[in-house]
Amino acid sequence: MKKYTLLITLSIISCSWLWAQRQVTGKVVSSDDGSSLPGVTILEKGTTNGTITDMDGNYSISVPEDGAILTYSFVGYQTQDVAVGSKSVIDITLTLDLTELSEIVVIGYGEVEKEDLTGAVATVSSKDFNKGVLSSPQDLLVGRVAGVSVTSNSGAPGAGATIRVRGGSSLSANNDPLIVIDGFPIDNTNVSGISNPLATINPNDIESFTVLKDASATAIYGARASNGVIIITTKKGQSGKPKFNYNGRVSVSQPIEYVDVLNGDEYRGLVNQLFDDGFSGINQDAVDLLGSANTNWQEEVFRTSISHDHNINAAGAVADIPFRVSYGYTDQQGILKTTSTKRHSFAVNLNPSFFDNSLKVNLNAKQTFANTNFGDPGAVGAAVGYDPSQPIYSGNDEFGGFFAFTDANGLPITFVSNPVMLLELRNNVADVNRFIGNVQLDYTLPFFEDLSANLNVGLDKSSTDGIDDVLPGATWTYRDYTGGNGRLIDYTANNSSELLDFYLAYDKEVGVHNIQFTTGYSWQHFYREGSTFDRNGDETQVRQDSEFKNENYLISFFGRLNYILADKYLLTATVRNDGSSRFTGDNQWGVFPSLALGWKLSEESFLANSTFVSNLKLRAGYGVTGQQDVTNNQYPALPVYRESIGGASYQFGDQFINTLRPDPYDANIKWEETTTYNVGLDFGFLKERIYGSIEVYQRNTEDLISRIPVAGGSNFSNFLVTNVGNMENKGFEVTLSGVPVSTRDFTWNAGVNITRNINEITKLTKTDDPDYQGVAVGGISGGVGNNIQIHTVGYPANSFYVFQQVYGNSGAPIEGLYVNRTGENGEVISNELNKYHYQNPAPEMLIGVNSRVNYKDFDFSFSGRLSLNNYVYNNIQSGATLGGLYVSTGYFSNIPSAAADRGFANPQYWSDMFVENASFFKMDNISLGYTFSNLGPVEARVSATVQNAFIVTNYSGLDPEVNGGIDNNIYPRPRNFLLGLNLNF
Amino acid sequence: MKKYLIQIVMIFTLISISGCLGDLDVEPIDPNLITTANVYETTEDYKKGLAKLYATFALSGQQGPAGQPDIEGIDEGFGNYLRQYWNSQELTTDEAVLSWNDATIKDFHWHTWTATDVFIGAMYSRIMYSVALCNEFIRATEGNEDPDISTFHAEARFLRALAYYHAIDMFGNPSFVDEADLPGAFFPEQIERADLFTYIESELIDIEGDLGDPQFEYGRADKAAGWMVLAKLYLNAEVYIGEPKYSESIAVLDKINNSAYSLSSDYIHNFVADNHTSPEMILPITYDGINTQTYGGMVYLLHAQIGGSMPTYDLMGTGEAWAGLRTTSALVNKFDQNNDGRALFWTEGQSLEINDIGLFTDGYAITKFRNRKLDGTPSDSDQPVMVDTDWPMFRLADAYLMYAEAVVRGGSGGSRVQALTYVNALRERAYGSTTGNITDGQLTLDFLLDERARELFWEGHRRTDLIRFGVFTGGDYLWPWKGNVQEGAPSAAHRDLFPIPSAEIGANPNLEQNPEY
Repeated sequence: MKKYTLLITLSIISCSWLWAQRQVTGKVVSSDDGSSLPGVTILEKGTTNGTITDMDGNYSISVPEDGAILTYSFVGYQTQDVAVGSKSVIDITLTLDLTELSEIVVIGYGEVEKEDLTGAVATVSSKDFNKGVLSSPQDLLVGRVAGVSVTSNSGAPGAGATIRVRGGSSLSANNDPLIVIDGFPIDNTNVSGISNPLATINPNDIESFTVLKDASATAIYGARASNGVIIITTKKGQSGKPKFNYNGRVSVSQPIEYVDVLNGDEYRGLVNQLFDDGFSGINQDAVDLLGSANTNWQEEVFRTSISHDHNINAAGAVADIPFRVSYGYTDQQGILKTTSTKRHSFAVNLNPSFFDNSLKVNLNAKQTFANTNFGDPGAVGAAVGYDPSQPIYSGNDEFGGFFAFTDANGLPITFVSNPVMLLELRNNVADVNRFIGNVQLDYTLPFFEDLSANLNVGLDKSSTDGIDDVLPGATWTYRDYTGGNGRLIDYTANNSSELLDFYLAYDKEVGVHNIQFTTGYSWQHFYREGSTFDRNGDETQVRQDSEFKNENYLISFFGRLNYILADKYLLTATVRNDGSSRFTGDNQWGVFPSLALGWKLSEESFLANSTFVSNLKLRAGYGVTGQQDVTNNQYPALPVYRESIGGASYQFGDQFINTLRPDPYDANIKWEETTTYNVGLDFGFLKERIYGSIEVYQRNTEDLISRIPVAGGSNFSNFLVTNVGNMENKGFEVTLSGVPVSTRDFTWNAGVNITRNINEITKLTKTDDPDYQGVAVGGISGGVGNNIQIHTVGYPANSFYVFQQVYGNSGAPIEGLYVNRTGENGEVISNELNKYHYQNPAPEMLIGVNSRVNYKDFDFSFSGRLSLNNYVYNNIQSGATLGGLYVSTGYFSNIPSAAADRGFANPQYWSDMFVENASFFKMDNISLGYTFSNLGPVEARVSATVQNAFIVTNYSGLDPEVNGGIDNNIYPRPRNFLLGLNLNF
Repeated sequence: MKKYLIQIVMIFTLISISGCLGDLDVEPIDPNLITTANVYETTEDYKKGLAKLYATFALSGQQGPAGQPDIEGIDEGFGNYLRQYWNSQELTTDEAVLSWNDATIKDFHWHTWTATDVFIGAMYSRIMYSVALCNEFIRATEGNEDPDISTFHAEARFLRALAYYHAIDMFGNPSFVDEADLPGAFFPEQIERADLFTYIESELIDIEGDLGDPQFEYGRADKAAGWMVLAKLYLNAEVYIGEPKYSESIAVLDKINNSAYSLSSDYIHNFVADNHTSPEMILPITYDGINTQTYGGMVYLLHAQIGGSMPTYDLMGTGEAWAGLRTTSALVNKFDQNNDGRALFWTEGQSLEINDIGLFTDGYAITKFRNRKLDGTPSDSDQPVMVDTDWPMFRLADAYLMYAEAVVRGGSGGSRVQALTYVNALRERAYGSTTGNITDGQLTLDFLLDERARELFWEGHRRTDLIRFGVFTGGDYLWPWKGNVQEGAPSAAHRDLFPIPSAEIGANPNLEQNPEY
């Protein structure tokens, strides 16, 4: 598109060409294979005089007699300047520009050239994004960056994702990386009414992600940087005539697979068989309750869904003000019936300059309106577990016409719900409005041009209006309300944060010394409020009518020095002094320093002339970052009382008195600190045909903000959020990219990234009790309060803590028989000490692969991930037993075929047989595109993409990628087929 | 213009920086949060603080039925005080089994629990939580001469003594904190069982005069409640300190038995939705379908006992059957089922013996606690799950039987005649006539242990009773599934005490584990 616009522009300019004095001709060829290059722009430097090469790479241009310099530029090649002198024929060989070496990388409070970076920083720009992403920007990054794992939480439309940079540094405090959008650090708190705080950003507006991984890179964000920083830069306005782009996609989504459960006939057969065998609890009442239907509940709740997505934007300059405006509309339908998300997004960027470019203004405003129908995610599990012998509809009007199990009084049994009724009778919809806007002013002082002042003022505001209504007749509301009038819930949420950053930047080059110094101040305020009003359908009974409010502040002073000696030796030092309102007194402020050194070996004389090594840089960094994001508590250090709300008052005489409770607090809670050591090597070989980096790191977190048991009687709960414990993460990352083939018609880019992270808890309690088992975590479904994981000193966080299953001669597990690991007498399963630490959910190694091939006007790309030795607890299997088929109060539940074959009578939740190696390879997306380059002023690209194309795994469940490692009926991720159309004009 | 702009920016920036550092000193803005310094201003505020000390026995947190839990590390409904207390006192005995697959719950029946048991952990946490809350309130009301507030102060000390009474009974040698220990992250000292005995005794004697007179206000601890705990402390003194105090027990019980409390004419009056009208109720833990909601406490007890063919709403007054709790044949066989009105068993579709603890229909079900009124009509709030029925923590019948036992055990100051009168008053109510009355010759310790089961089953006394009679552990008395054998098997004597939870030992280096755990 670019070249056509230029062509048009240039031909207009040529018409006014009046004083041509000399003709220069020549041919432009590629350095790679000597082929001629059509469409190369040739401009006389400092003028608007120019032309382009024809189909054979030939050109002709008139230039003035004296001193003309011609600039030859072409996308993907290095730009070349040639002084015309007295020549009349100039043949040029353009060199491929493979790595765009002078790439500018956005870092906190400024930007640097990539070659001058000293920290572990990775950038993914729009051309490398994963294809086919409609509404969750995180998905653009999946598998793209070593050391960054992005796991979508479910397959729901617009679902959030869990992002971990180098494994996460905290146990109880937040492990999410800090996300900075165009210089605005956003609040990680979930906005209610939307499943993903990033979903309010239109993926089409994103220009690049920059991931800051090590402390020397992140320390400038000190207080919130322990888990890495992801900087999202959106697309900007640009000079020149406005250009337009339309990008539209249609997508078809399908469930990949269903859980293999018994069908109606098999189910009846099993129940009758058990009855004949005299199986405990299966009596005549049970047999009489069996239905005659064959309902495949999973087929009833899932569907093939169609989504579409349209984006239009214009970018250019009007009245010398570069601008970009965009509008996007997404309508994504989920594969679980009734679920959907619709989003309108508007984005405006203006970046004018004033006073001879001494004042640069960058204004960003994004407004999103999202409407999400969450449906009833419980229908996923219900469809697996609901009795297949029963019909969907009962044939009468009761319970909305749906089949339901009832008790002797005709009241519905509320423990199981007809999956179709769950979806059809629930209206669970929220509207979210979000505005993110900021103005950045960059002013170069007129008398002191090396110094510039920057001011960044921003606002992030969202408001949610949600309802979660249940229509009359729905069986499950009988639990909370008398009668079948259904339920009405209205909820609201308002979140806002205001930002003010001010910094001074000094940039001076004196001889071989290059100094950049930045110092500044940052203030940010976060405010959250919300309300819930829960009552029955005719509003005669109120269950909850409550509201909450909280706020917190972060204030920081920061400084950074970048020093470059002789363009070879690099030094970056930062220090940040952070204050958080979550802490009090002397603990309020924390100091977070960092230091990093870099050495560009390739600039040294011994390598400067190497034909093999084109780039080699060694980096080493050290830094301390902090963490203050105490989950769900803005006042962990303050003694406060909490008054009870609805339904929690106590009777004195005939009065009900609200209660006042002192909340637990730790007056001395302070910053959690993470010290990171990082050594990295960046390399480029064979003129950057192969390039990449290797990072080795260690991160030690001290004074973990942990929710740990405290001595009984010492505080106002048995658990307290306090600073206890240490954790260690160490690992390496390899990123390797290459261009195996690069010719004019055919280029092939390939990349692989490898992540290895080892996590270990090194201290957990104040007392160092060697017998202390640890903190049980990882709640499972089945029973109440059952946990499958544990944090223990000497083991990775969230390790599975299970009994070792004993198998019979046939290789089949023996129900309830476990290895006695204590050597003591007694029942093995009643002694926790017989449990052992068996694996954990984090993959031992993650390998991302991606490839892009361009052949003439075709492009083909794919991106996939290999995850090794991540373990998953199959809760769907562990909870399914013959004993659970029938409950004497009068209802049935279905079980997976494998559980029927296993034949366990009672649940064996803690058997290690349910902890499975869920290593997998996932082909995240495959995309094929074709660009129509001869449509005149319009450039068009059509593409076809398959998302979630295939999975290779031995895991027995549906999807081996399970956030947190406990697989329990998560909304399955669909396979998506997309057709896309992209128009530039 | 340019200069002007720069000035604005500079001034704006400087103002922001200097003005903002104070922002870090925040105060809660939530309407439900009050800083400690401002919390107690009026008597009503103090009353809310006191209400929490009671509510901590009844509820699970600051939102009904769940939300803002008091303690963590366990499902909120499970972490409720009464639910854990009930499980500890009943599931470990011949009176109850539970069918569910919740963590290590069946270890209670089998006498195989360990120090890592999450339920025992929650019980300990609940006790110490109550103590910590009482300490805070005692500090806040210390020296306050307002007559209402000084009564509140005495009630807080009573509730702390009650929690410590549970601790001495179940854990023996728990952590000890009083109002001198300010909240923080320190390590409380462990107290010896005998020292804790002295402490509870002296506290209860000290507050006697400050507690309200018997029946001064329903739901609040009065003098009789204080006497109940003291009498129980004395009755079990041989277990707690190896020293009999039956005479002391009789002296205190006399005060209760001669107070304003009287037996209700209907046994079941004490267990129905309007049991607050029973004249027998010395100290309830109150519940209300609308105002006092939880998934623990009475909601648990009432629903867990419903299952099988039991009419959920028509008989029990609620909308759900949780199909959990039944009893063993050991309890059933103590009853003259046809004549004793206290034999509130549901037998239809149930078998007497338990082959499978996990199966609700194995073992007789029990219909003792109901969310219907004494006259059989629905409860006032008539909620599908939340109930109105209060928990009868102490009732007069218990005091009668304690008196009889203290006399039979040789305590002085009472008489066998009086003892027999008390026992027969209960039996006459149970049988609806004198046909069930006993003679002096029948008034033996063995009879009293069984009579306590008949009168007080499922009321949270059984474990303590069996230990006092020396048959909780060991082989002298076996009941189904004791020792994890269907016919019952002996269990080890050290199980007369629960272990100090391992999480507690991990968190507090001053604690030493109870013997043999």
